[in-house]
Amino acid sequence: MTDFSLILANLFSRKLRAILMLVAIFFAFLIFGVLAGVQNGFNSIGGGAGENRLVTINKINFTQPLPVAYVERIRAVNGVARATYANWFGGYYQDGKNQVVTFAIDPEFYLDVFASEFTLTPEERAAFMADRTGLLVGRKTADQQGWKLGDRIPLSSNIYTNKNTGKQTWDFTIVGILEPAREDAGTNVTFFHHAYFNESVTFGQDTVGWIVIETADKAQNTAVSKAIDEMFANSPAETATDTEKAFNQAFVGQLGNITLIVTLVVGAAFITILMIVGNTMVMAVRERTKEIGVMKTLGFPSGRIFKMVLGESLMLSLLGGLPALGVAALLLHLMRKAVGFPGLALSSDFVAMGIAIMLALGLLTGIIPAWNALRLNIVTALGRQ
Amino acid sequence: MTALISIQGGAKRFVKGRETITIFDHLDMTIEAGDFIAIMGPSGSGKTTLLNLLGGIDRATAGSITFAGQRLDQMSEGQLSAWRAANVGFIFQFYNLMPALNAARNVELPLLLTSLGGGERKRRVETALQIVGLAERAKHFPREMSGGQQQRVAIARAIVADPKMLLCDEPTGDLDRKTADEILSMLQLLNKEMGKTIIMVTHDPEAARYANRVLHLDKGRFVEQVAA
Repeated sequence: MTDFSLILANLFSRKLRAILMLVAIFFAFLIFGVLAGVQNGFNSIGGGAGENRLVTINKINFTQPLPVAYVERIRAVNGVARATYANWFGGYYQDGKNQVVTFAIDPEFYLDVFASEFTLTPEERAAFMADRTGLLVGRKTADQQGWKLGDRIPLSSNIYTNKNTGKQTWDFTIVGILEPAREDAGTNVTFFHHAYFNESVTFGQDTVGWIVIETADKAQNTAVSKAIDEMFANSPAETATDTEKAFNQAFVGQLGNITLIVTLVVGAAFITILMIVGNTMVMAVRERTKEIGVMKTLGFPSGRIFKMVLGESLMLSLLGGLPALGVAALLLHLMRKAVGFPGLALSSDFVAMGIAIMLALGLLTGIIPAWNALRLNIVTALGRQ
Repeated sequence: MTALISIQGGAKRFVKGRETITIFDHLDMTIEAGDFIAIMGPSGSGKTTLLNLLGGIDRATAGSITFAGQRLDQMSEGQLSAWRAANVGFIFQFYNLMPALNAARNVELPLLLTSLGGGERKRRVETALQIVGLAERAKHFPREMSGGQQQRVAIARAIVADPKMLLCDEPTGDLDRKTADEILSMLQLLNKEMGKTIIMVTHDPEAARYANRVLHLDKGRFVEQVAA
């Protein structure tokens, strides 16, 4: 027997109570782990952004279009290496709930600008360039939908109507599968020709949703942004240009302040658990007053008993919390595989934060009972029946 | 025989509100190594308080307590803890075993305060349980044992670290006559065969008969000494 096994024996001396406390702590840290992973995912959305990529949108907001003519004017700005554009299609397949992330793109430059994200065989690229109804499908989307090269796919839009058919559906042929160029590249996307889109929509012709600019050097980002926005100042469609990372994070920001949500939910859970576990620990140690008195009588120094009681609450916190982080990591892994959201993971920073919270929980809930045990008078303790 | 523990001019007073309650005053007592003393007396006579002072779990208001030449009254709390671990075995009326630990682990508890290795600790625990006749109950928890068996485990715990002195506070107070006699015989054996010095507080005259000497404490004074 060691002090460690003695701590464990005391901790589980009332099994049901110990298990209920462990379950409470487990779920608190499971919530923390999953929310931290989700936050990590949102934080990493801008992480894959090219350092020398800028995004220009309508100054009102990104749902307002820009004239396609802006693209050529931007290409002429000093410091701009390449510029391309895209439109949000609002796509779905067969069922409105089966959303497919679909962009109408400028085929000539878009794939070059995003070459760091996706790879495409030369044959597939050539096939895409040659076919206006060609569709490039990301690996994740292809796997999810069960699509393969050569499939004829009708994609519908929840925004636009096809003036050729009067329906909201466009027919495509899959001509290429976009493979991720790096591990965390998201491939739950589909691309088709902007020209095909532009010629068949009932409104919004000759406009684009946003323009992506590749600067010659990231050091020129600020100057290029300023030059573009100044160029279109006081025009009917003023622009706002920022880095791709800032654009992505602003887009996520539309969903709400994820960090605040995580902090509030975890904070509420943590304080609730703190009160429950703290109160239970105080009661548990108080019930063992006589046992602690006996240990002191046998010669256990007060400091050692203090450490053992504190160790008990730390053990409780770690036994409940560590498996929860493990399960959270597993859940995030499954979610990542299911939805193709590469940033969904428990980063080492959040694991460290989780362990720090566990230690804080253990110390906070254990310090009062440990202090009481430290100061316990043997005669008083033995006299308490 | 040589003196093992003595109290000279011992006093214990409590302050309660404006009142000072004196448990005993100017108490002198010497107990020799290898002796078996029974301390009797009515409730409130100071028996348990005296036992607490002799066991170093309470401090005298005045006077000195000397154990084998060491002044207990001059020791710090930490020193007293170490002294108790090395020299004193305690046996309580209600056994005071740890409910979460089985018999073997309860007996092993005092050995956690020594530098003995796991193997030696196990051997000592087995020996102590054999001495009290409970080797086969090593894995049983206190709730699975009778009162007499629990008290025997408590005795094994008291002797496992081989202390010089056993302090027993009403060790048979919660037991039937037959079981009480078994426990008292065991204490007598430990005194005679293993040379343990035993100081036992009891209300029970039958129990006191097992001691070599009986001290009667009344209103804080020894009123007579009776050879058992």
